Amino acid sequence: MTATTESITLDVHEMGVTEVNRALRALPDGSSATLTQIRGAHNLAVGLTNKIHITVEGSTGYYLGGLCDGPDITVNGSPGPGLGENLMSGTIRVNGNSSSAAGATAHGGLIIVSGDVSSRAAISFKGGTLAVAGDCGHMSAFMAQAGTLLIGGNAGESLGDSLYEAVVYVGGKVRSLGADARTEDLTEADVAKIRDLVEKSGFDHINPENVTKVASAKQLYNFDALKNQRY
Amino acid sequence: MTHQDNPALRESATFPQDMISMVQTMASTGRYEIRGWGAKRKVPNFDDLSFITASVSRYPLEGYRERCETKTVLGTRFASKPLELDIPITIAGMSFGSLSAHAKDALGRAATNVGTSTTTGDGGMTEEERRASKYLVYQCLPSRYGFRPEHVRAADAIEVVVGQGAKPGGGGMLLGQKVSERVASMRTLPAGVDQRSASRHPDWTGPDDLTIKIAELREATNWETPIYVKCGATRTYNDVKLAIAAGADVVVVDGMQGGTGATQDVFIEHTGIPTLPAVRLAAEAIRDVGMVGKVQLIVSGGIRTGADIAKAIALGADAVSIGVASLIALGCNSPFYEKDGVKVNVTADYHALGTAPGYCHECQTGACPVGITTQTPELMDRLDPDEAARRMTNYLKALTMELTTLARACGKNDVHHLEPEDLVALTIEAAAMAKVPLAGTTWIPGTGL
Repeated sequence: MTATTESITLDVHEMGVTEVNRALRALPDGSSATLTQIRGAHNLAVGLTNKIHITVEGSTGYYLGGLCDGPDITVNGSPGPGLGENLMSGTIRVNGNSSSAAGATAHGGLIIVSGDVSSRAAISFKGGTLAVAGDCGHMSAFMAQAGTLLIGGNAGESLGDSLYEAVVYVGGKVRSLGADARTEDLTEADVAKIRDLVEKSGFDHINPENVTKVASAKQLYNFDALKNQRY
Repeated sequence: MTHQDNPALRESATFPQDMISMVQTMASTGRYEIRGWGAKRKVPNFDDLSFITASVSRYPLEGYRERCETKTVLGTRFASKPLELDIPITIAGMSFGSLSAHAKDALGRAATNVGTSTTTGDGGMTEEERRASKYLVYQCLPSRYGFRPEHVRAADAIEVVVGQGAKPGGGGMLLGQKVSERVASMRTLPAGVDQRSASRHPDWTGPDDLTIKIAELREATNWETPIYVKCGATRTYNDVKLAIAAGADVVVVDGMQGGTGATQDVFIEHTGIPTLPAVRLAAEAIRDVGMVGKVQLIVSGGIRTGADIAKAIALGADAVSIGVASLIALGCNSPFYEKDGVKVNVTADYHALGTAPGYCHECQTGACPVGITTQTPELMDRLDPDEAARRMTNYLKALTMELTTLARACGKNDVHHLEPEDLVALTIEAAAMAKVPLAGTTWIPGTGL
């Protein structure tokens, strides 16, 4: 038997974060929820596995959508640090800016930010995708293992430090590259991937054929004292 | 010629043979040493304490007839489902990757046999480990290798690892020879890379952030699962207070004798404080914030015997964790492995690594002669998981019997009733660190008593 879908509105200030999360967890797949009276609350919509749509009306604190594996989230506001941390699947679309460590350790899913993001975006990425219309702070994609970071604007210092297999595309300027990061020529596969991401994100100011690709130089994959590595 | 041949030869205390070898190796290779195990230097430890058991003024329990409770409950502060263990001895976090799947399986089964918990490590949770372990603690480490929400929900407790005793302030390592296809896949890494782990968490940076991080994990587990915070023993008093302020149910303190699968020797030998003062400092912190009986303390780092466990509990621990000792119980540093009832001598394999049984700390090579710290299939096969689980079960039972033997002799019908008053110190250093009187005196250095 298929559960009936629901459409509900939850007042975060009135209910408290834990009750809101329990209410979200209880929703059948296909349902939708609107969160109001956010007031910067932390840990909203974390650890959810149901295929629901959540609209967050306001700016949140830490870890919005963290540890999620299923829902689609739209934020009309600016989330705090750790947006969508350890995301497994689903989409988070932010109509605003985001703070540090956006998408940290995400294994999958798609995070789209219409404004800027702060430092350490896509840190320790493990397969997720983060698309940022604007600028990205320093140390972004640090130790990123897999996945894609698309930056429509400029990237801060030490981009892609200690990268593994993740790839970064930058539409604007790169302040500096981190250790073992290098620029590479775009391949047809890169352009196709960027074009797809531009379509999904709606970032039509990004020309898929005119971005800087940053990937690992793979010189730190194995320790070698004779190459002056700081291992 | 050695000093036995010529008594006039004098070894330098500043440059003993092993130091000369280390300097010369660094000079020839440009590398420092990376190795397994914990600190090898002698530091003040639980051997420097002794129990003053029952006498005229105290009444002992009969060793084999009167019950001595060992049940240990962890996570009573906020979690709705605290862990109820049969014994206060847990298995410390050691990764699949550092350890073979057989070793993890054996540890899980042994822990289950005696009603205690085992712990994942840097690299995630394997199906075998979850299946084998009745109680499994899931580590949330800075690297988040293999960290998955479904495993968060499948865990019986979650341990946020801030640091470990072998390398407080440092990240982990797993050298390429152990990053097999399966290990690499679990960690989302290319096979064969020399994997380094981050030294700090990616999404929080200080105690205020940690408060929110713990709350996130509680939300993701519906406030059911105990949350531990593990710290390497450094600024222990303040760290424990901060972990409690951040909302930890259980604080784990790992002293400098704590082991590792691979870390710089300079870290292992020259960072942190010994387990002996760490347990006392942690217990003081818990007491000073009024959390005795609410926040539990687990202590690890060089725990080997029931005596070590009894002393740790007497100083304020609720439970201990064992790592290196459990590997030794499985067969680490044994000159042979046993297969189908046949003992096979592997001394030559130790020699090939430049070491010998009883001295080996070559976990980082992945060439473990007894199949424990390896990902090489033919070496892994040397560890029979059934036999290893049997040995580990025996060891845990023997530890428990040693623990209760001492508790009974102190007149306690529950091991958790052991207290600092049951102890004296045999050295001035231990008296100062543990804050118990020097034997035969009432003197506790540093307290004015």
